[in-house]
Amino acid sequence: MTAVETQTLLSVRNVVKHFPIRSKGLVRRQIGAVQAVSDVSFDLAEGETLGLVGESGCGKSTTARVVLNLIPATSGEVLYKGRDLTSLSRSDLRGLRRELQIVFQDPYASLDPRLPVNEIIAEPLRIHGLYSDGGRDKVRQLMQTVGLKPEHGNRYAHEFSGGQRQRIGIARALALRPKLLVLDEPVSALDVSIQAGVLNLLDELQAELGLSYLFVSHDLSVVRHIADRIAVMYLGQIVEIGTAEQLFTAPAHPYTQALISAIPLPDPRKERARERITVVGDLPSPANPPSGCRFRTRCPKFANELTTEQQSRCVEQPPELTDRGDGHPVSCHYAESRTLL
Amino acid sequence: MSEQIDLAPQRRKGTKGDVVLEVSGLDVSFPSGDGPVRAVRGVDYTLRRGEVLGIVGESGSGKSVTSMAVMRLLPTTARVSGEVRFDGRDLLGLSETEMTRIRGSRISMIFQDPMTSLNPVYTIGAQIAEAVRAHHDVSKQAALDRAVELLDKVRIPNARDRAGSFPHELSGGMRQRVVIAIAMANDPDVIIADEPTTALDVTVQAQIMDALSAAKEETGAAMVLITHDLGVIAGQADRVMVMYAGKLVEVGSAEDVFYTPRMPYTLGLLGSLPRMDRPSERLTPIPGSPPSVVNMPPGCPFGPRCPKHTAVCDETEPELRATTGPDHLAACHHAETLAGASADDVFDTEVADAQALHQLAEEGRP
Repeated sequence: MTAVETQTLLSVRNVVKHFPIRSKGLVRRQIGAVQAVSDVSFDLAEGETLGLVGESGCGKSTTARVVLNLIPATSGEVLYKGRDLTSLSRSDLRGLRRELQIVFQDPYASLDPRLPVNEIIAEPLRIHGLYSDGGRDKVRQLMQTVGLKPEHGNRYAHEFSGGQRQRIGIARALALRPKLLVLDEPVSALDVSIQAGVLNLLDELQAELGLSYLFVSHDLSVVRHIADRIAVMYLGQIVEIGTAEQLFTAPAHPYTQALISAIPLPDPRKERARERITVVGDLPSPANPPSGCRFRTRCPKFANELTTEQQSRCVEQPPELTDRGDGHPVSCHYAESRTLL
Repeated sequence: MSEQIDLAPQRRKGTKGDVVLEVSGLDVSFPSGDGPVRAVRGVDYTLRRGEVLGIVGESGSGKSVTSMAVMRLLPTTARVSGEVRFDGRDLLGLSETEMTRIRGSRISMIFQDPMTSLNPVYTIGAQIAEAVRAHHDVSKQAALDRAVELLDKVRIPNARDRAGSFPHELSGGMRQRVVIAIAMANDPDVIIADEPTTALDVTVQAQIMDALSAAKEETGAAMVLITHDLGVIAGQADRVMVMYAGKLVEVGSAEDVFYTPRMPYTLGLLGSLPRMDRPSERLTPIPGSPPSVVNMPPGCPFGPRCPKHTAVCDETEPELRATTGPDHLAACHHAETLAGASADDVFDTEVADAQALHQLAEEGRP
């Protein structure tokens, strides 16, 4: 799917989310903050899929939740069709919620075990007062659309397999005819043969219904498959953003390069002949991120290629996310695109 | 280091290519209210010194149970039959005491979750030393020195200081390295790694795979690598076994299985994988879901999901047989018809109900 130049649906501007760290005892004074999301900005066009990738703790899920105002942003703006979701009143937001829906990762925890499936799918319709108008038929039709048998509507969630449950979650999200779906690791809990079915379903839904997807995932292969554009996150910041093609054929940030190189390819000859870029160590604490470039403590380029003088720039000056001649924005002082696949 | 530990005083390690482990006719079932759950059905394989044998399959395929049965780690309610020959003896017939002597010293195991494999109240140095002392009569100090040496081998920085850390002070990747250090502590002949990287982030996964390779080189052990990740298998395994519903359905070299699969299930798995090295193309999901392993009907267990399915598939369950070469086996009555086929030739790629979807779209239009 190639993105045609269309209108911007969602515009995230300088979003910051800090979670307070409190002291023990009665007073519970704030003694610090986990900087889960630090100044993240991106746009999402109508009918487009933006993939948000990164490892655990990079802030990708928090970003997705801030977008839906499920958790309030510390600062920044989330503009949906030009209106700032972070400053809307509850009742104004409620009207808009119909257009913004989410599908969660765990299809076991996100469905109410005490409701039959047709009630799970009907719930959003009831909440928004739309069920009385042919709700039963709508539910049957939604089940059919996602590849479930409408006659199974009286069953409970536990009677379905993981893939089927995820389809129930998708049907529920579609019930209010949203414009934007936030998909938070929607296929991570599924076996590959099942995962492919859900991914194809998402493709078909998007093509037919013109949905926009914000697709959060740690799996780069899945993201390459589904996304038009991809933002790579590290420690609360976007380090590189571009089209799927740009990111995979010419990744320019050392972290993106390391990520691509770390994912094994299901192809023995290619996999064994690949060039490896390995990252050392573990993710630093987001409560106390490194100065300057946040990736420098694990950066293979910083460790192996840069002179001490060059390194001091990484330590002192945080790199900005701008185009440095690679055709897409990268936040690395010494960005240099490479071919890895 | 004052005292050198001779790890295998009277043990002579064989040469590369010798059979170290031979599993034949392995059956595992668990009793349940609905009848026995047949988790593993007639698995045969041999493992040779120095090789990496990959076992792939989806959840419930029996890949983990197979190895737990080899290690005799299943609950007592499990019914295990067949033969597991190791070093000339049948492990299934050994007493618990004899088995304890083999477990952790000659065959060691690495589990998915490093937090639950480590004891939270002992330092990691003490835990590695304990593994050494369980099988060797050496002083505490010598065992601790050996622990530091092992931590160094799995590339834990400042090994001597780190040996005094508790598991909760380490990251997931570090903990898994400690588990690998314990697994190699007694210079085993076989290392069984069950989803060793599944709980970890990708960049850490790559580090752990490196540590595992180092452990294999260092000990010369044969390795059984159990995973659902076909990429990990492609990179590491010499030979691959694909499991489905408790049975081996395809066995061969990594090249055989990845480039010329002869079992529709394997072909479907490969077609389901989104690929990072190619622009987006349509995936070919496998329809349906795996069968319940309670009261399995006769015939091929993959039959109900298989587009190649014919009458013979319902009557007899296909046995593994040679296909493209004597060492490339597949359990499919129609294996030959897969020659040259790609996944989307065999499987249908549509998943949504096109008509219902179209109707939904129509209604939404103003």
